[in-house]
Amino acid sequence: MLDLLWLVPAIPFASAFVLAVFGPRMRSKAVAVLGAGAIAVPAVLMLLIAAAFVSAPPAGGAYTQVLWTWIGVGSFRPAIAFYLDALSLVMVVVVTFVSFLIHVYSTEFMRGDEGYSRFFAYMNLFVASMVTLLLADNLLLLYLGWEGVGLCSYLLIGFWYQDPVNGLAGRKAFIVTRVGDTAMAVGLFLLFHSLGTLRIQDLLHTASDQWQIGSPYAVAAAALLLGGAVGKSAQLPLQTWLPDAMAGPTPTSALIHAATMVTAGVYLIARTHGLYELAPQVQLAVAVTGAATLLMAGCSALTQNDIKRVLAYSTISQIGYMFFALGVGAWGAAIFHFMTHAFFKALLFLAAGVVIEALHHEHNIFRMGGLRKELPAAFWTFLIGGCALAGLPLITAGYYSKDLILWSAANSTAGTAGLWVAGIAGVVLTSLYTFRLIFVVFFGQPATPVSHRPGPAMMIPAFVLAFLSITAGFATTPFAAFMAKALPELHEGGMGMSEVINSTVAGLAFLAGLLVAWYAYLSNPALGRAAATSRVGRVLHRFWFSDWGMDWFYDRLFVWPVVWSAKANKADIVDSIYTGLTRLAALCHRYFSLTETGRLRWYAAWIAGGSAFAVAIAMFL
Amino acid sequence: MLPIRESFILAGILFTLGVIGVLARRNLVFILMSIEVMLNAAGLAFVVAGAQWRQPDGQVVFLFILAMAAAELSVGLALVLELYRQYKTLDTDVLSRMRG
Amino acid sequence: MMLACLILIPLAAGVLAWAAARWSVTAARWIALLAMLADFTLALSLWISHYHAGFATWYAETDWAWIPQLGIRFHLAVDGLSLLLLMLTFFLGTISVLVSWREITEAAGFFHLNLLWILAGIAGVFLAVNLFLFYFAWELMLVPMYFLIAVWGHENRTYAAVKFFIFTQLSGLLMLVAILALFFLHHHATGVYSFEYQDLLGTAMSPGTEMWIMLGFFVAFAVKLPVVVLHTWLPDAHTEAPTAGSVILAGLLLKTGAYGMLRFVLPLFPHAASVFAPIAMALGVAGILYGALLAFGQTDLKRLVAYTSVSHLGFVLLGIFAWNSLALQGAVMTMICHGISTGALFVLVGALHERIHTREMDHMGGIWSTAPRLSGAALFFALASLGLPGLGDFVGEFLVLLGAYQKSIVLTSLAAIGILFATFYALRLVQRAFQGPNTRDWHIPDLVPREGLVIGLMIAALLWLGLYPRPILDTFQQAAARLEQLAPGK
Repeated sequence: MLDLLWLVPAIPFASAFVLAVFGPRMRSKAVAVLGAGAIAVPAVLMLLIAAAFVSAPPAGGAYTQVLWTWIGVGSFRPAIAFYLDALSLVMVVVVTFVSFLIHVYSTEFMRGDEGYSRFFAYMNLFVASMVTLLLADNLLLLYLGWEGVGLCSYLLIGFWYQDPVNGLAGRKAFIVTRVGDTAMAVGLFLLFHSLGTLRIQDLLHTASDQWQIGSPYAVAAAALLLGGAVGKSAQLPLQTWLPDAMAGPTPTSALIHAATMVTAGVYLIARTHGLYELAPQVQLAVAVTGAATLLMAGCSALTQNDIKRVLAYSTISQIGYMFFALGVGAWGAAIFHFMTHAFFKALLFLAAGVVIEALHHEHNIFRMGGLRKELPAAFWTFLIGGCALAGLPLITAGYYSKDLILWSAANSTAGTAGLWVAGIAGVVLTSLYTFRLIFVVFFGQPATPVSHRPGPAMMIPAFVLAFLSITAGFATTPFAAFMAKALPELHEGGMGMSEVINSTVAGLAFLAGLLVAWYAYLSNPALGRAAATSRVGRVLHRFWFSDWGMDWFYDRLFVWPVVWSAKANKADIVDSIYTGLTRLAALCHRYFSLTETGRLRWYAAWIAGGSAFAVAIAMFL
Repeated sequence: MLPIRESFILAGILFTLGVIGVLARRNLVFILMSIEVMLNAAGLAFVVAGAQWRQPDGQVVFLFILAMAAAELSVGLALVLELYRQYKTLDTDVLSRMRG
Repeated sequence: MMLACLILIPLAAGVLAWAAARWSVTAARWIALLAMLADFTLALSLWISHYHAGFATWYAETDWAWIPQLGIRFHLAVDGLSLLLLMLTFFLGTISVLVSWREITEAAGFFHLNLLWILAGIAGVFLAVNLFLFYFAWELMLVPMYFLIAVWGHENRTYAAVKFFIFTQLSGLLMLVAILALFFLHHHATGVYSFEYQDLLGTAMSPGTEMWIMLGFFVAFAVKLPVVVLHTWLPDAHTEAPTAGSVILAGLLLKTGAYGMLRFVLPLFPHAASVFAPIAMALGVAGILYGALLAFGQTDLKRLVAYTSVSHLGFVLLGIFAWNSLALQGAVMTMICHGISTGALFVLVGALHERIHTREMDHMGGIWSTAPRLSGAALFFALASLGLPGLGDFVGEFLVLLGAYQKSIVLTSLAAIGILFATFYALRLVQRAFQGPNTRDWHIPDLVPREGLVIGLMIAALLWLGLYPRPILDTFQQAAARLEQLAPGK
């Protein structure tokens, strides 16, 4: 069974190719069947592989499949090879499964679009790249998948290319993530230069043999990889692209910009966890980045009007939790949160997509309202997703995963009280912005009439995800045991807080957020408005609404100078050296031609003078 | 024996006079005459040099110069006559057509 | 004899095509196409037949006396490096004949004469192992290229052609002086007159002399490559040339510069080159960044593509002077892939220009909706250009950077930023020209089968090079190892 692993990325690649070349001539039904089917087969295959993997674990807890040697120069021989262990298994199963659901959803959501086959070609290419990223046995192949998903993200954000705004958003996403990728590439050079291999497992072994804890090489390598991770996962300081990425079709936002691609950074850090253990300073930086991001993005989410932008900031914030978990050494908890987040955030986007389509592509939450009765299915699924996101205690999956992260922060040798408090504050914020969204969109007075109701292809995936958003949380213990095969367990220590206290505080934090949202947006809406229009509120609102002004800052610091210098130097200043030479020649020509008067006697005088001069030189020198 | 130094100075003066004539006069006939003066100055130098070193070559060259000057003058005067017939003037500045 | 055929076939076919065009232009085109295909097959068979033997030494030599008293011989030979570039030459040669099928209607016979003679000259450059013959072939490429630009070019063709000619001719003369100096030094040392490459290797000279002669060669190749500061002929020539001319300029002519560095500068002057290497690497990085920035600022589509060459060839220069197996392999890989990807971009820009008669990006936009295949192909090659993994350019650039990292971390990091810069111009190209609203209401025919074939071949080649580049790497491996051995301090 395991040797069929290569089919998991190969099938979507092949189908993406077929759709790109022949898609425009295929009937839309055929496109839908091929597009979704090309994900269904790998998803099923992956479940079978998972079953085989669990029932008969391969030797060493990992299975490697080498297809061919990709590049061969001296000792640099990265292969096209796949590596399956508990970590990549969980990631791939979740990714293929969620992708399949979203593809089914898209068959209806995108129906009638001019670029129907193009959409599925891009989406299949994305799944193939994402699976390649997750299964890669060496960092170079991982980089291939990494850039591949970035490309698909770019293509899908700018999917509706007639509007230049979408194109610009896509370009921004691609460039900002590539800033991180550049750091990551340099990290790859460093790792190969000092360790002589890019195979991840060899790399980790050699690194722990050769490098001391805190060695400058380890710190540099871990920091450079972290650069790639924060770019892809939209963490500080490279998070600015994700809110704009919401310009893409909603299934894209659900799949790429919520459930899967943006967690690639989390995967990268978990995959190379050995490096981070050798570089505790960088690991602390991961935790601090996560904590700062989850708070900042939470504040920004509070002020947004666009339903998808709220969800985008919440994604940034939740990935912040994952980084936070990685940073305190709770590797398994981070992956667990990845899984539950994939379910509930995909669900939220799918439900939001239903709402958006029902209201004729209305994105502003303040022009929604009262949809509880009109779209009950969307309401209930959104509510379940929202509760999971906010962490409704004891029932939802999000509660269990977040609770685990918070507990780890308190009980890890790498954790601190400050980090734990930040995590709890994040829970309040999450609950607050989630219920603000739910109350504004689904309660209150209807503002826009409903024009379109979703069909089964859109609702069934949402129901499945809603089911998982609740039940996945009950798998905490077996999940942790399974993850322990691939990732180190938490180094317990630190504050030694008991589970009960931690859970109680987290639950209270959830309640606090809920109550404030209820009070300010449902029972007493004037209060919410008053808070936003007071002097402090206005400043904060503007500040948070514009993502802490970071776009403004980056525009002035990086974008404008580059664009300006490129525009100013369009004609190439170096060329003026050469045109200057030709000007000089022309000038000389003009002056010398002045001596050509046409007067015979003048010429004769020159000849005479010249000869006299020559004779004089001959005589006196 | 001719004093060589003085003779060369005389030839130089004659040559310079010829040059000045060529440059300063505007009438073609005078220019031709000045050229003759220059040629003769050169001839003088040859003769003097030949006498100094007791070589016949100087006088031989002078004879060449004479022959050449005669040929040149006859062609030159013929051209001058033809020019005068066409343009009714011998002023070189008026006749100049070389200005591009 | 086989190698002589590689040069003689295009020379003869050129004359034949010129003569044939008097009664049928189509016949001329077919003659040119068949000649290129024949050459490509020959080169391919040379490659396949020696693939298992490895490419350890020179082989398939042709050695005819020319002026033996002065050591001037018609001496051709191939090794892994020249074979790879020969195959690229004839591949792109075939493609440039195909893209001219409809574009060139005026004096088509003379056009094909020039086209084939340029290719013969390029083949001669890659084959010659006698420095006199090399110089001869070097000049042979130049004159027909001048005509190609000056006769069939666009609006500003005379200016571009003259600029191209002056730059390359002046630098070529500098190389001639350097060759003669080397020739006389060799005679002085051994008493034998010889222009043979093998004889001149290891000529004894003082470090100062070596540096000066090396610089003579370097400048000639640097103009062709082009190295930044000497690059300004390139955008003009590329922009004004007809499509086939741009393909050959970008795909092949620039590569002769890189080839010259690999074949002559490093082996003939190892000490001077190693002293000079840090400067050359810095020049390479400057080219990467400056070229990308210039490309980003352009509004003329063809000019934009032209400037990207400056950026990509910066990687080649960086790789050559980083001077280890990884970087050298990367440099050759980049040369080949850049030839294909940038060549393809020129083909597409040419196809677009044929349809809408403008190269100004401000006048474009929304082409995707009317010509999706053309636009999709442009996107593909733009992605190759920005170094997307899985396509050939990535392999080359990654290897260059990986090798260069061992020499200089700072320069490598700066060059890596160049890959980021590539994103700027590549995406700008796609978005300004092909996406966005179709404000001018363009309705143009999509790629015709002939163009589809050309583009399809190039896409397949880039995918192959990106996913399974080992045949290329293996072919160059021996030569790269030999070059690495030469590096002082090894």
